[in-house]
Amino acid sequence: MTGSTAALGKDLIGLEPLSPDQIRIVLDTAEPFKEITERRIKKLPVLRGKTIVNLFFEPSTRTRISFEFAEKRLSADTVNIGAAGSSVSKGETLVDTARNLEAMSIDMVVIRHWSAGAASFLAARIPSNVINAGDGAHEHPTQGLLDILTLRDHFGSLEGLRVCIVGDVLHSRVARSNIYGLVKLGAKVGVCGPRTLLPASIEQLGVRVFAQVDDAVRWADALNVLRLQLERMEDGFVPSLREYNRVFGITSQRLERAPKELLIMHPGPMNRGVEIDSDVADGPHSVILQQVTNGVAVRMAVLYLLAGGAPHLAEAARDWTGT
Amino acid sequence: MSRVLIRGGRVIDPATGHDADDCDVLVVDGRIDAVGRGLDAGDADPVDAGGLIVAPGFVDPHAHLCEPGWEHRETIRTGALAAAAGGYTAVCAMPDTDPVVDDPASVGFIVAEGRRARGARVYPTAALSAGCRGERLTEFGEIVDAGAVAVCDAGKAVGSSSLMRLALQYARSFGVPVLSQGEDRELARNGVMHEGVISTRLGLRGKPAVAEEIGVARDLALARATGGRLHLQRVSTGAAAELIRAAKAAGVQVTAEATPHHLLLSHNLLAGYGTEYKVDPPLRTARDVELLGAALADGTIDCIATDHAPRHYDEKEQAFDDAPHGVVGLETAFAVLHTRLVRGSLLPLQDLLHRMSTGPARALGLPGGSLEPGQPADIVLIDAEMAWTVAAGDFVSKGRSTPFEGACMEGRVVRTLVGGTTAWSLGRATRAPGPGGPVET
Repeated sequence: MTGSTAALGKDLIGLEPLSPDQIRIVLDTAEPFKEITERRIKKLPVLRGKTIVNLFFEPSTRTRISFEFAEKRLSADTVNIGAAGSSVSKGETLVDTARNLEAMSIDMVVIRHWSAGAASFLAARIPSNVINAGDGAHEHPTQGLLDILTLRDHFGSLEGLRVCIVGDVLHSRVARSNIYGLVKLGAKVGVCGPRTLLPASIEQLGVRVFAQVDDAVRWADALNVLRLQLERMEDGFVPSLREYNRVFGITSQRLERAPKELLIMHPGPMNRGVEIDSDVADGPHSVILQQVTNGVAVRMAVLYLLAGGAPHLAEAARDWTGT
Repeated sequence: MSRVLIRGGRVIDPATGHDADDCDVLVVDGRIDAVGRGLDAGDADPVDAGGLIVAPGFVDPHAHLCEPGWEHRETIRTGALAAAAGGYTAVCAMPDTDPVVDDPASVGFIVAEGRRARGARVYPTAALSAGCRGERLTEFGEIVDAGAVAVCDAGKAVGSSSLMRLALQYARSFGVPVLSQGEDRELARNGVMHEGVISTRLGLRGKPAVAEEIGVARDLALARATGGRLHLQRVSTGAAAELIRAAKAAGVQVTAEATPHHLLLSHNLLAGYGTEYKVDPPLRTARDVELLGAALADGTIDCIATDHAPRHYDEKEQAFDDAPHGVVGLETAFAVLHTRLVRGSLLPLQDLLHRMSTGPARALGLPGGSLEPGQPADIVLIDAEMAWTVAAGDFVSKGRSTPFEGACMEGRVVRTLVGGTTAWSLGRATRAPGPGGPVET
């Protein structure tokens, strides 16, 4: 660990504010951390003595656990605060929560909040590093990074790669982080879904809009299939899950009509039989579990870099406790 | 007999088109007595207006003074004084207090508190429907007798077209306008900012511009059908302005207001989730700003409204979704519009003064907005050259959230006279007793 030559700055709020080089640094730094996961002793001392709070205002299983593994594998001391049963559910405001964390000299805060902008709100008010683990429908940068890392693993380069995001883009922070990151790295990005679930002026983010899944499938090299929340049907955005599956679901029949084999990604948790059929999710072109594995590595990289770790020293850090 | 002579200013009366340098205004017993060069001062108290603009005091058709019920945000007293500090000599208080101003007693309370404040005159507006619930009409006759100058469900569009029609019809018997926020509430529901590329980028729920277009179109159609007097509040889109322009050309009895923030700022400013830009209706696109400016210039928009809506600082210090909309405007309205529109050669000074005084006074049927003899001596003195910087900490209002914090201004109100008495002057908090309340007839 050296100095404060922070490659990312103080916080990771989203991929929109990052430069292509900053995104590449995170991806490159994640590489040596991947291997740690496969070791018998999955621990490095790089964050020893650092305290991290995982502040989850919204329920989350996989993101929270992924962060917690990443933190523990880097030897940080961690505390989890969930919305239920904490002061958060007793009406404490975000600014008071922030002040309390500041008073306890926390080094880093990982925050998941239902309000877009909550992570930057917190970051502006405390000296600790803040990592956005999802703020409303805004961004989920570590998910975007792990998706991009997975694509890079598979295709080698992102330049010119065609990635289509399928589903509820309107409510999806995953979609936004993917769009910002992929566009910056030279990929071509498409979005496809019912018009009721595509946000206004989405084309202006530099993406191509597909009205028909079949067109998207013909065009793309990879599909990132978004979860369709049950509430969307209750709110009237789509008339039924059955029809959604028939018109926008990723099925093997649909993929068989594609001119080439497509890589299939999903940020999880999946609704099998709604946005994605089981034979696709479990099929040979699905990298859904590799995404989960990469998630831990990417989060380790982000934690390491925000703590001031130099990108080129990540390799050395890996070897430091070599068995 | 009290006499005041305002001497040697550039006197502009947008009601008559009068604009003359080195001109005097003589005030006798709280009313304008004469305007002209070299008036005989006699024993009048002199007020030196050399180098200053002398104009009718501003009239705000739309302010939230928050009392009763929200005194931590603003009181009638602080609101009336803040108004005077911004050159306003009259403000219309919105009825969305707690309890709602929907009966004669509540209206009387606003009038009485306004009189005690001795700032700008405070004219209550009363709820159109009981509790602003949009179900049944309030007693227009009683509340108008008690002093209400208009009816409206402040900030809430009337959802029911049949109730809106009844209001426009019923109000005709009492000579008051119906104020309406043109908006399709169902379509605008849940939105926290303008729906467009910025809301998409930020992941915030948007209010589509078409919600305003639909609401305004409905209200205009009802005004035409009933012959009622409609005043549209806080117009924010170019499309709505175009509908109003066409309705006016067709003879519909309609007036409209726009706020300084909608006339000057676009949704691009929300990129950092700043709650000081969270207003309702939301800041729209740069194109809307342009079209709204054109509508102000050609008179489609009759008047400037501040939609002064103070919030406690705690309330604004929250994540964007959770923070309430609303900003203060009374103390910056003239300066920001003068700096950006008049100095930016987009609007002549006379027209700005018109839209801030004559326009709103006529739209709401209030005294003032003119320097003609017999009018109340509600007068503002302006130093058009004075440079200053907006600092919310110096506001008289309790509200501190402004989208113009730190902005450099050209032009400042230096003195405000209400009924011939100085209610406010720059550099000293004048507490001289003035009339404060509505003009007695």
